[in-house]
Amino acid sequence: MNTNSDLQRLTALRPALQLRAELTAYIRAFFRDRGFLEVDTPLRLAAPALEEFIDAEPAGTGWLRTSPELQLKRLLAAGYDKLFQLGPCFRQGELGRLHQPEFTMLEWYRAGADYEAILADTRALVIGAAQALLGRTTLERNGHTCNLAAAWDDWTVDAAFARFAGQTVDQVLAQDDGAFETLLVEKIEPHLGHDQPAVLRDYPLAFGALARRKPGRPDRAERWELYLAGIELANAYSELTDAAEQRRRFLACAERRRRDGRPVYPLDEAFLAALEAGLPPCGGIALGVDRLLLLLAGARDLRDVLPFPAGT
Amino acid sequence: MSNISVSELRKGAKVEMDGAPYLITDFDFCKPGKGQALYRCKLKNMITGSTMDKTWRSADKVDTPDLSNRDVTYSHSEVDMFVFMDSETFDQIHIPASVLGNQKYFLIENAECQILFHGEKPIEVTLPIFIEKRITHTEPGARGDTATNVTKPATLDNGWEIQVPLFVNEGDLVKIDTRTGQYSERVSKA
Repeated sequence: MNTNSDLQRLTALRPALQLRAELTAYIRAFFRDRGFLEVDTPLRLAAPALEEFIDAEPAGTGWLRTSPELQLKRLLAAGYDKLFQLGPCFRQGELGRLHQPEFTMLEWYRAGADYEAILADTRALVIGAAQALLGRTTLERNGHTCNLAAAWDDWTVDAAFARFAGQTVDQVLAQDDGAFETLLVEKIEPHLGHDQPAVLRDYPLAFGALARRKPGRPDRAERWELYLAGIELANAYSELTDAAEQRRRFLACAERRRRDGRPVYPLDEAFLAALEAGLPPCGGIALGVDRLLLLLAGARDLRDVLPFPAGT
Repeated sequence: MSNISVSELRKGAKVEMDGAPYLITDFDFCKPGKGQALYRCKLKNMITGSTMDKTWRSADKVDTPDLSNRDVTYSHSEVDMFVFMDSETFDQIHIPASVLGNQKYFLIENAECQILFHGEKPIEVTLPIFIEKRITHTEPGARGDTATNVTKPATLDNGWEIQVPLFVNEGDLVKIDTRTGQYSERVSKA
């Protein structure tokens, strides 16, 4: 790369870097004011969470974390009731306009709560951040003005598939692997979150690896995703607290990964022991901070708001 | 023909589908709902120019087209065929007018060109970027009009019409950019 043009690019990034510094400061103040404890968990893990389609980067004798979720839940089991973490996570091979293999994740957890309480936090956070950083509560994108302060759309996955894909979720799940994701991308997501944020909730159980079953709908997981100005920003669960079910899901996931030729990580026995000892009912969320920055900056590609992105 | 994993695709890569070569004009990775990775592409058919959207799954394989370039020089035209000579084998290659489109008006004898083949089928001819053509007809520019971006029609010796600045006259030799088909500069006056 030409040295001068690289330095010019970095110089021109100053507004994005300033916005990012204000955003992380705002996030820390937001959670401190609400009584959350900020923690830092290890970057390198001996047993990253087993998820069917998330691959960890090998690092020394272990792997770089794909999420701090298992460590934060061990702290919850130890009695910490409101926790957050802001820091890097790594996912192998994820590179695109809205993906970087190294990215900044915000996770927070509330004991004695479920995904509804997390939704209330999230609404306060994104409205508050936009107001504090931009002096307004609207985002412009793709010719739409997304009004953050308006009532948020709220779709169940079942209702969204019926409305936009013309098929029931169960019909789609009976088709080949990947049909659900393909319809989600081609038919559902284009309708979500343009004029006001949209929540898509209650996913098929297979798409909620660490989420609890919905009461009355054991084939659905209490999970929602948030779409802001058309971009998927955050993923929240009412957390699964049943140790036996979590172990069964991990083992089934390990088997599918083996079948698909993906690396299989060891079970995190310390995490499973914490669930056995008793994880309180809790809700938690992972929010992509780089994507939130992109939205606030009005950028189209993560590479336009990060000083040292991969894939350039 | 060989195939590659879709994860190796990038903007500018070429793939083969239903017997036609496609250029990837836009490429993005996405991973909806913690599910499997998808690759969303915009494709352009390299023969017809038509465009389409395509979503691939991470396990998919795509075929790569058999594309090759041959260096040629332009020889002459015969009815609706344009005849080039392969610079290595000296074979004659007949290209239908439909492959050349408007480029046929910018062919000059002995011009060094490239022909892109899909298998045995020629699909695209790349001309020298600049060629020189003589103006056979144009009206005189209006006196006193010195605006630089004002143009007038001018006809080439093969009947094709281009837009030229007002100072260009009949008999002038002009340089034309074959990528755009537009006037570039005047080479010499009549």
